[in-house]
Amino acid sequence: MDKNLNNKQKQTGNNMSKNPKAGGQTKNKKQSIIVLVGIIIIAVVILALYPENRDASIQASYNLFMEFILILPAVMILMGLFSVWVSKEIVVKYLGHASGIKGLGLALFVGMMPTGPLYIAFPMASMLLKKGARVANIIIFLSAWACIKLPQELVELRFMGLKFMIIRLSFTIIMVVIMGLIIEKIENRLKPSLSSSVQEK
Amino acid sequence: MQINMTVIIINIFAILGISFSFYKNKQKSLKALKVALKGTISMAPAIVIILVLVGLLMGFFKPELISKLLGNQSGIWGIAAASVAGAILMIPSLVAFPLTASLVNSGASISVAAAFITTLTMIGFVTLPMEIKELGKRLTLLRNGISFIIAIGIALIMGVLI
Repeated sequence: MDKNLNNKQKQTGNNMSKNPKAGGQTKNKKQSIIVLVGIIIIAVVILALYPENRDASIQASYNLFMEFILILPAVMILMGLFSVWVSKEIVVKYLGHASGIKGLGLALFVGMMPTGPLYIAFPMASMLLKKGARVANIIIFLSAWACIKLPQELVELRFMGLKFMIIRLSFTIIMVVIMGLIIEKIENRLKPSLSSSVQEK
Repeated sequence: MQINMTVIIINIFAILGISFSFYKNKQKSLKALKVALKGTISMAPAIVIILVLVGLLMGFFKPELISKLLGNQSGIWGIAAASVAGAILMIPSLVAFPLTASLVNSGASISVAAAFITTLTMIGFVTLPMEIKELGKRLTLLRNGISFIIAIGIALIMGVLI
């Protein structure tokens, strides 16, 4: 009982403060555990109803699980190293607001490098944001990572043809840059109002 | 095969990085490991959710079924269906392109193919829990929402151009 009360206080306290590290995590944790239990129950029910799909489902989960096990620890260690060794100043210089079009280009370029699946990029993006990178650059980085991968394009070329690939790619790049700038505008417009409401309280 | 490459490269990077870091500064390296551990723990529930969702999706929507469902659809509804399917499914790109090619072969239009590839790569419905955890709800929803609109836009443009 006591513990619950404590948690509640922490949550409400955190809603007002802007410090994301404080108690919001307990709230998020609770939420995600509820979601987790719900999804597992649903999954068990569905698989019980359709036993013919059970093997394929379990196999797919297992494959992804192995992929996670092999990739995520390394990703997390790299994140940790990044957080300790790369200073805020460097990130701000190369990906911050003053970085301008060079920053956009760098974000695009790094995102295109042959790396792993998109979920690896989320912790990276969040780290870069915390260290002062521009929102637009982060969105461009994530989108490039998602759909403008160099090795992936070779496969696209082979299966879909040169014309398809070039047209799709060039439009995607243009759109991604525009999207980055739009999302940044929205973020910046929403942020001041958020921090001012915090100050009022 | 692509996955194996990723695994090897990223682990080599991590091992080299952490070794070099320990050589340079033990204190900082321990701190880095602590950050890594904390990150892993806070991500754990999201990871389990993803595992379960992917299992269900892949168990029920096998590639052949997708290509049958979307293959003979064209027009705006085909694009809509392909965008939604691409957003929800999580398929490695090595499988995705042959699958898309087979969509076209079984009668889908170029627009449908483009919509499918674009949402498939850009939008991760299944990885939403992870993305929200790292980047927050607003940024995640904005990114995925606008990407969806962009995908439909690109699909329409490509339908006109090709």
